[in-house]
Amino acid sequence: MLSRVLANHPVVAELAAQDPGALLDGKLDRGETTLIVAPARIREVCQFLKQRGFTRLSSITAVDWYPAEPRFEVVYHLHNLGENVRLRLKCRLTENESIASVSAVWRAANWYEREVWDLFGIRFDGHPNLRRILLPEDWTDHPLRKDFPVHGRRYGYAREEAG
Amino acid sequence: MSDEISLPAETAARRLTLNMGPQHPSTHGVLRMVLELDGETVVRAEPEIGFLHTGIEKECEQKFYHQVVTLTDRVDYLAPLSNNLCYCLAVEKLLGLEVPPLARWMRVMLTELTRLNSHLVWLGTHALDIGAMSVFLYCFREREEILRIFEMFSGQRMMTSYFRIGGLALEPPRGWHHAVRRFIETFPSRLDEYEELLTRNPIWLRRTKGIAVVPLEDLIELGVTGPMLRAAGLAWDIRKAEPYSDYDKFDFEIPTRTEGDVYARYQVRLEEMRQSTRIVRQALEGMPSGRHVADAPGIVLPDREKMKTEMEALIYHFKIVTEGFRVPPGEVYQAVESPRGELAYYVVSDGGNKPWRVYMRTPSFGNLQALPAMIEGGLIADVVAALGSMDFVLGDVDR
Repeated sequence: MLSRVLANHPVVAELAAQDPGALLDGKLDRGETTLIVAPARIREVCQFLKQRGFTRLSSITAVDWYPAEPRFEVVYHLHNLGENVRLRLKCRLTENESIASVSAVWRAANWYEREVWDLFGIRFDGHPNLRRILLPEDWTDHPLRKDFPVHGRRYGYAREEAG
Repeated sequence: MSDEISLPAETAARRLTLNMGPQHPSTHGVLRMVLELDGETVVRAEPEIGFLHTGIEKECEQKFYHQVVTLTDRVDYLAPLSNNLCYCLAVEKLLGLEVPPLARWMRVMLTELTRLNSHLVWLGTHALDIGAMSVFLYCFREREEILRIFEMFSGQRMMTSYFRIGGLALEPPRGWHHAVRRFIETFPSRLDEYEELLTRNPIWLRRTKGIAVVPLEDLIELGVTGPMLRAAGLAWDIRKAEPYSDYDKFDFEIPTRTEGDVYARYQVRLEEMRQSTRIVRQALEGMPSGRHVADAPGIVLPDREKMKTEMEALIYHFKIVTEGFRVPPGEVYQAVESPRGELAYYVVSDGGNKPWRVYMRTPSFGNLQALPAMIEGGLIADVVAALGSMDFVLGDVDR
């Protein structure tokens, strides 16, 4: 459950009152606040936080904890310009799960979600244009996954990989 | 008559799809834009990126923490020291490591010189794109002096890797303050020279005023940061808002404009150069003395001299080079104000000697997303002016 430090955090308290099932966990580490959000509620939580003053989405990325399960964490970094506060949201996903897109909340999310799809293969439901962004259209892998070899599969140094 | 030329039906047939790039001189890198044109007006624009994707983030996961520093140089190759600084601050925060005052101030001074370096390249190429050839030559003359200073400090002109986890790579070289002083004594008058060439130049004004204006709320919504936000009226600078590396001890202002056009961005960046010169001067005059690295034997490489005389130093050197050092588990999102805007490194540690994940929130990626909003509805000739005013680096976009 939420630690006492976090329960006193103004935004967290409001969020917990607004939507009791959305917050799964949270921590305050090295001065940075992290909230673990239920993946099914992410769009509503983001909508609420944006109205609460987090007008800026700094970035969306992901972390692959393979072979642990659930392997993926989608990480959102929000910023409240008025109060100069940053907040990190995390959603934990298994390999085949998808998550709702927040590109309707912040337009900036569009490219960040495309990048996460491209490099990790996490699908964002309701994204207007979920195409690859950095890699070529005909690429089949998602290279930032931990089980993707650093030399690549198709053009890799086959002998080195085998040895 | 049979040879009568049939005119195309109305607007739809007049639309023309034009590929601008991937090899276009004004993109300063490899960026492809698919433009839909109605006459000379851009109706729709779609940037295509990824041509310079090198998988730097994947590479970071294969290296020891201290080896990653050399990769960060190559992300934004016009501001390598800003990237070095951001990464080192993130890892130092994970480690809970405090660097000594000399290193902090030296970092401030050199990142401000980096800002000057980057803004000079921006100004020169931006002016060149719009047709003012001579500004480019002057800007590169001054940039050369900055690169010489970098070379003096680190042995490298561009890929400096001068900031390391725990401090600086080398002791500041003998005579550095003469070189820096000589530069900042002359630089403000050089800035006046550029202003004489451009600020009231009628051609420059007509090409830049009222071009590529996007309302401030939309810019924030689209993820734009840095000088473009300040040119639209928001006085937000991470050096002031979330001071790092002793920036709170320096006296400088955040220049802003409200017009939000290409000309306002030009004014903001020029004023930023004056402010950076102020910061460099303060750093030069108040530079603390002492060691250039923290006292952290397992993390910072020992002095060369000690390695030859002390067994312990030799062991530490061997261990750091062959197996790195372990970083306590956790995650850090460290943001700094790079010349282009908010640069942030998200470093995740699982407790090992290599980072589990390094994510680079690069300002160019965030800013480029606003490109369609800036050029749609404008003339194709203004695309070049808009691109120049955004000041992106494609290596920074694609990583």
